[in-house]
Amino acid sequence: MPDAQEPKPKGRRWRPLYLLFALPFIAMFWVSSYDRIEPAFYGIPFFYWYQMLWILITSALTLFIYLADER
Amino acid sequence: MDYTAIGVFTGLFLLVTVIGFFAGRWRSGDLDQLHEWGLGGRRFGTLITWFLLGGDLYTAYTFVAVPALMFGAGAVGFFAVPYTILIYPILFMIFPRMWDVAHRNGYITAADFVKGRFENRPLALAIALTGLVATMPYIALQLVGMEVIIAALGMHLSGFWSELPLIIAFIVLAAFTYASGLRAPAMIAVVKDMLIYVAVIAAVIIIPMKLGGYGKIFASISPEKLILPHPEGASLGGYSAYATLALGSALALFLYPHSLTALLSSSSRQVIRRNAAILPTYSFLLGLLALLGFMAIAAGVQSNPAYAAGFAEFGANFSVPALFLESFPSWFVGVAFAAIAIGALVPAAIMSIACANLFTRNIYKEYINPRCTDAQESRMAKLISLIVKAGALVFVLSLDKQFAIQFQLLGGIWIIQTLPAVMIGLFTRWLNGWALLAGWAAGIVIGTGMAASLGFKGSIYPLDILGYTLPGYAALYSVIINLAVAIILTPLFNMVAPGSKGRALEGCP
Repeated sequence: MPDAQEPKPKGRRWRPLYLLFALPFIAMFWVSSYDRIEPAFYGIPFFYWYQMLWILITSALTLFIYLADER
Repeated sequence: MDYTAIGVFTGLFLLVTVIGFFAGRWRSGDLDQLHEWGLGGRRFGTLITWFLLGGDLYTAYTFVAVPALMFGAGAVGFFAVPYTILIYPILFMIFPRMWDVAHRNGYITAADFVKGRFENRPLALAIALTGLVATMPYIALQLVGMEVIIAALGMHLSGFWSELPLIIAFIVLAAFTYASGLRAPAMIAVVKDMLIYVAVIAAVIIIPMKLGGYGKIFASISPEKLILPHPEGASLGGYSAYATLALGSALALFLYPHSLTALLSSSSRQVIRRNAAILPTYSFLLGLLALLGFMAIAAGVQSNPAYAAGFAEFGANFSVPALFLESFPSWFVGVAFAAIAIGALVPAAIMSIACANLFTRNIYKEYINPRCTDAQESRMAKLISLIVKAGALVFVLSLDKQFAIQFQLLGGIWIIQTLPAVMIGLFTRWLNGWALLAGWAAGIVIGTGMAASLGFKGSIYPLDILGYTLPGYAALYSVIINLAVAIILTPLFNMVAPGSKGRALEGCP
């Protein structure tokens, strides 16, 4: 079994840092904050580009937490 | 018939067929071992896992149905974006632990874990059956997605031969899955994803240019479709529906057997954590794809008589194929359609492998032939993968498509009922196995009842609390009841049957 590939397992415990993951949940559940047309971006209503932006934010957040966890 | 498009389409399809058969030799292992055939030997690295999970989670049906929902229902169809945002924090925090415990104990299914954790065979059986029943209609939907594409290519033959292309595609799928196991969809996913990225990126650049820009596209959408309706009176209206659909779907996703199969095939828990950060590229792609539904409205494909037959047969699901036919030259239509059709092969293969793993491990080995050898176990899994796919094909060919869609809707409500045992069970063994089983049964009955009260046409249940109406995803509401039942009954069952508490596992204290 390739267990030996991971001599020192990291990120195995739950950390307070993970609380940052509450952000996308709060943002997405707060529907009234983004159910609007203005401000539009290149003709794309706010509703659409704002949620697309959160894909990028959450991805960056995950990467940040991963890297912080690895240290 | 458009021979250029069909030619390109068939060529690409042949290419992946060859790849599928040769995949078995790639980093080859002993395919007579179930974890070699059914988990690819658990050695996929970050990149392959990215392709595999991308192809597995963002299925062909998703690529057809999400824009179709935008096309038909408007903004609510965009819930796919918050849904695919919220799955990754869940993946990052919860599932590396599942990989760990599965790896250390040789588990290949969620039911394996539940059996080890709670030592409760009926509960493990319930988890296995839920996975099987929820996945079957999902496989059928992939074939529906493929059917739409084949029809759009104009390969519509009459009478007895009308379903021939689908049957051929199915035989190809069945054969390479049987021969190569999980390595086949992993390799094919690489090709398919490159095609799909090219197709979607070209579409979201070129089509708006033809239609006069995004501003014009959105201007042609009626106001009630453009954003969610604002809540009025004592109802939270579309808002609670939108948010609960996103959360409920996100919680359910990694409980599906095919998601777990792909996760467990990765070579380390770090691979899963890295993928939680890089898989959102597919979510971004899906968001762009959703907008194609609006582009189809702006392009007016529905009023074009050339597509009337397609819309008559497939409804809104025909909107994206029609948009591609309308906007692109034949050869590129071939590429894009091949991307979607091959995109159906990947998840269908993984789903059938996942079902095969479940049946073989948790039903065949558990109840029918406990002393089977590794080779027998592996052979049984290969056989089951064939039966499962044949079942899905018969399902699609003989029953109304609407039935598959409704059944899949129910599948989402059912699979989430395994959450307390699987996801919460990873972190605590406080819950009693029998209480979990009671909760599961309550969730299944109540969730199905909610769907039945909606005539099985939707999954947004109008929950009344203290004079307020909270329309929300029935899966989420029913799993809350499931969990409440499990918590309340745990002290009771602990008293009646003191020996039935959960136990610590390696990697899962």
